[in-house]
Amino acid sequence: MIRTIAARELRSLFFSPLAWIMLGLIQFILAWSFLGNIDTFFSLQSELLKIRNAPGVTDLVVAPLFEFARILMLMITPLITMRLISEESQSGSIQLLLSSPASMTQIILGKYAGAMTFMLCIIGLTSLMPLSLGFATPLDYGKLLAGILTLTLNTSAFVALGLFMSTLTRQPIIAAISSSGLLIFFWIMNAAGTTGAADANIFNQLSFTYHSLQMLRGIVYSADVIYFILFITGFLMLSIRQLENRRVQP
Amino acid sequence: MSVLLQAHHLHRYYADNHAVKDVSIELKQGDILALLGPNGAGKSSCMQMLAGTLAPSEGEIIINGYDLLEQPQQAKQHIGYLPDRPPVYPELSVDEYLDYTARLRAVNKAQVVTAREKAKHNCGLEQQGRKLIAHLSKGYLQRVGIAQAIIHEPAIIILDEPTIGLDPNQMREIRQLIAELGEKHGIILSTHILPEVDAVCNRVQIIADGCSVYNRSMDELRQQSQLSLRLEKTPQSTLIESLDYIESVIELAPGHFLLSGNQLHRHQSKLSQYCVEQGWGLLEMSPARNNLEQLFVHFTSRDGKQFDEEAA
Repeated sequence: MIRTIAARELRSLFFSPLAWIMLGLIQFILAWSFLGNIDTFFSLQSELLKIRNAPGVTDLVVAPLFEFARILMLMITPLITMRLISEESQSGSIQLLLSSPASMTQIILGKYAGAMTFMLCIIGLTSLMPLSLGFATPLDYGKLLAGILTLTLNTSAFVALGLFMSTLTRQPIIAAISSSGLLIFFWIMNAAGTTGAADANIFNQLSFTYHSLQMLRGIVYSADVIYFILFITGFLMLSIRQLENRRVQP
Repeated sequence: MSVLLQAHHLHRYYADNHAVKDVSIELKQGDILALLGPNGAGKSSCMQMLAGTLAPSEGEIIINGYDLLEQPQQAKQHIGYLPDRPPVYPELSVDEYLDYTARLRAVNKAQVVTAREKAKHNCGLEQQGRKLIAHLSKGYLQRVGIAQAIIHEPAIIILDEPTIGLDPNQMREIRQLIAELGEKHGIILSTHILPEVDAVCNRVQIIADGCSVYNRSMDELRQQSQLSLRLEKTPQSTLIESLDYIESVIELAPGHFLLSGNQLHRHQSKLSQYCVEQGWGLLEMSPARNNLEQLFVHFTSRDGKQFDEEAA
């Protein structure tokens, strides 16, 4: 059932030009930044040779690429997730899902899986770029994997939040704007945490950035991974509750 | 005949608005039940509750032995539902859409194509399979809507205004389809077209202001025949009512009465004789058509209610 709903979601996504434009644009922008990073690396290479234990190509090219991709994902995820539930509520096709023998959990998980599959395509294509460096130079694959993990966990969290916002309104555009706003808020929340006040740490703990920076450098703390898993589960459960609730009080 | 659907004492509140008040609905195998009522009377809310897309505030719904609120997944397996707007995805083709709806209703993967072709055949969609839903006309869209409701051969089919926006030919075809489906399934439909009810339904339930005000089989309704009577004089209507074959008299205008009773048309000669004997000056006596329309107006218009109150 989850797979059926996810497949339909993905099919509709790829029937619209939106998905293709996004795939193309993101690849272009990331490739541009990737080439820029490589250029910088070449110009620094002679300097780097003089330093012992100098940062390698993975640190100077791959990590910045994933950091930039994370920002791009923040911008495009709301555009993908805005339609998930709100468009169906607007067009009335949500009635089909609600009257069929699928539980609310299956509906939400199906929608989530559909959108995530698309996002994973983008992440997969993005990961191919640094992998291509492997032909020319030895890469630190551990750090590369940590970068992919950071991007995947971040994106999964963005999609979960976007899906929840989409259950709240019938207007896709409102879902997009409110999820963008919330995502940016979670992104910069740690700005309040850097003041050094003792109680500011909570803001650090809540923000995406705080839990991503170490991971991007290749240090994967289980606490960071658990933060993302809790974030995703939390918003998925809220979405299920919200959908259930709408049947009671539309 | 087995009972497919039982809904007991449904209530539905929208904030403070009590939209559905204590409505009970029962559907047996082979029944085609028409839900009638003016716009905003609560028909759609009732149908949404029966289809499981809206939770009732109070009451219970049993579908083929499963409680819709306790075991929604088992119960919904037996429901096909066409909402007031067909729940379609314009970017899919008819075939893709129907396959999806079949899988959603847990039709076995191997049987999806058979189920889809059968539903298409039933709804006259054989030629439209590869067309995008966005390019279909309103009539075909409605057919796709019906096709998705019957694709998993549910015991109960709920159709909210299935013939709205169709041309007369299409309406006839859809009616024919509903009549055919009614032989195997139980159907609940809502409509504003009263001849449609006469043509396809065998039970009618009228909902006015959130309450169920009338619930009888069409056979009973048809046996209730009505006569329109015009007289030169205007006698007391109780004088006419006192005749044993007349059940009710409505005075439409001075000297113009609407009489109803069981098999009333058989008593026309007796009645005309009586009028002549009384010297009322019989001008015209004719069978009144549109029983259903009069019933509808009677139960749903304000005048009708007034009449009810006076009678009470």
